[in-house]
Amino acid sequence: MLGQLDLSVLKPSLPFLWTGLKFSANLTLIAMSGGIAIGTLLAMARLGKSRPLTAVASAYVNLMRSIPLLMVILWFFLVIPLIIGKPIGAEYSALITFTAFEAAYYSEIMRAGIQSVAKGQVMAGYALGMTYWQTMALVVLPQAFRNMIPVLLTQTIILFQDTSLVYAIGAKDLLKAADIAGKNYNRPVEMYLFSAVIYFALCYTLSSIVKRLQIKLAVVR
Amino acid sequence: MAMIEIRDVSKWYGTFQVLAECTSQVEKGEVVVICGPSGSGKSTLIKCVNGLEPFQKGEILVNGIGVGAPGTNLPKLRSNVGMVFQHFELFPHMKVIENLTVGQIKVLGRSRDEALRKAHALLERVGLKDFEQKNPGELSGGQQQRVAIGRALAMDPICMLFDEPTSALDPEMIGEVLAVMQDLAREGMTMMVVTHEMGFARNVAHRVIFMDEGRIVEDATTEDFFGTPRSDRAQLFLSRILRH
Repeated sequence: MLGQLDLSVLKPSLPFLWTGLKFSANLTLIAMSGGIAIGTLLAMARLGKSRPLTAVASAYVNLMRSIPLLMVILWFFLVIPLIIGKPIGAEYSALITFTAFEAAYYSEIMRAGIQSVAKGQVMAGYALGMTYWQTMALVVLPQAFRNMIPVLLTQTIILFQDTSLVYAIGAKDLLKAADIAGKNYNRPVEMYLFSAVIYFALCYTLSSIVKRLQIKLAVVR
Repeated sequence: MAMIEIRDVSKWYGTFQVLAECTSQVEKGEVVVICGPSGSGKSTLIKCVNGLEPFQKGEILVNGIGVGAPGTNLPKLRSNVGMVFQHFELFPHMKVIENLTVGQIKVLGRSRDEALRKAHALLERVGLKDFEQKNPGELSGGQQQRVAIGRALAMDPICMLFDEPTSALDPEMIGEVLAVMQDLAREGMTMMVVTHEMGFARNVAHRVIFMDEGRIVEDATTEDFFGTPRSDRAQLFLSRILRH
């Protein structure tokens, strides 16, 4: 069966697949940065003293974590244009959706990270005269972040794989590009296989790096 | 006016009372040691002085400013009050030198140059000037605690609080930390020290406060405390810890 594969179609479609991969990578990086930033604020809200803030943040995180990602992607794609009154396109919709969705998962990681920092560290920050925000920014979050780097990266690898779901709303990521190229050349098997190889190579490399990082961080601590 | 004025302070964790009507004061330049069995509330009391622990009744004035008062700018008050913790609590993600400059720069708004100058001088003073580029984790406990004292002094505090500064140290490192504290006391720093080091209390303290079950049982000059007239509870405590 493998003998029937026509790999010659791969070369001419490389630029097209590259465009798709670039979108997947951009989506991953933006959703990661935005997700970690918003997730950190959500985590702080959940651990903070203000009850209303804690309740709102908890509700948001639990809601996002209880709905399948694919449904969220579809819902955002349908609802955002209704709210702002004009279509924003599948790509922008995907960026917003992933940032909002991943924030919930990153917030759980950051919550564990913040709790992993000894309480005495917070006291030491306060004792020097730091405000809550200074203590967070200068003392707690740098340590929380450092402790959680491996977990944050692992979540990002999952995020990268999940970006293939934007295929459902027609955003041109790597999978969609492979799909289109496959239809053009009438060679879907080759294209899906090739995109699978790219996903595998990237994710496997990244998780190997995470593993090495984990060992290195463990030694330093 | 006393530097630290503690009036009728009570504190509860739920229904459990940890501090009961504590009243005392520390004059400017005075060194006061607080001792007592574990669980007697001494660490809690000292943490109330800079507002790290809230209290429900009474008031504490530091240099005339009410710690628990509603309008008080607690961060500002704390920046004037140095604190040294049992477990050092140096910031592990910063170099030693950064531990001494971060508060000066971010809280007091000093320039980097000024903060570094101050930090260098203080590291020299606590005998650690070759350690400024090290991570706290590379230092021994005694060295870490000396850095922590330097970090507190870098803020030019009007008084210093020590919460069992030698309790987490190996015996051979206790001396180097006490020596730094003794120097400080000699220079006239106002100090409140929770400790079991009775030798330090006897040699350095002007007054000794003895606490038991959240109450100040004894508040006496050092001479009187180590002399004869004192409460049974304090006598028992002293006989137990002075025996060895």
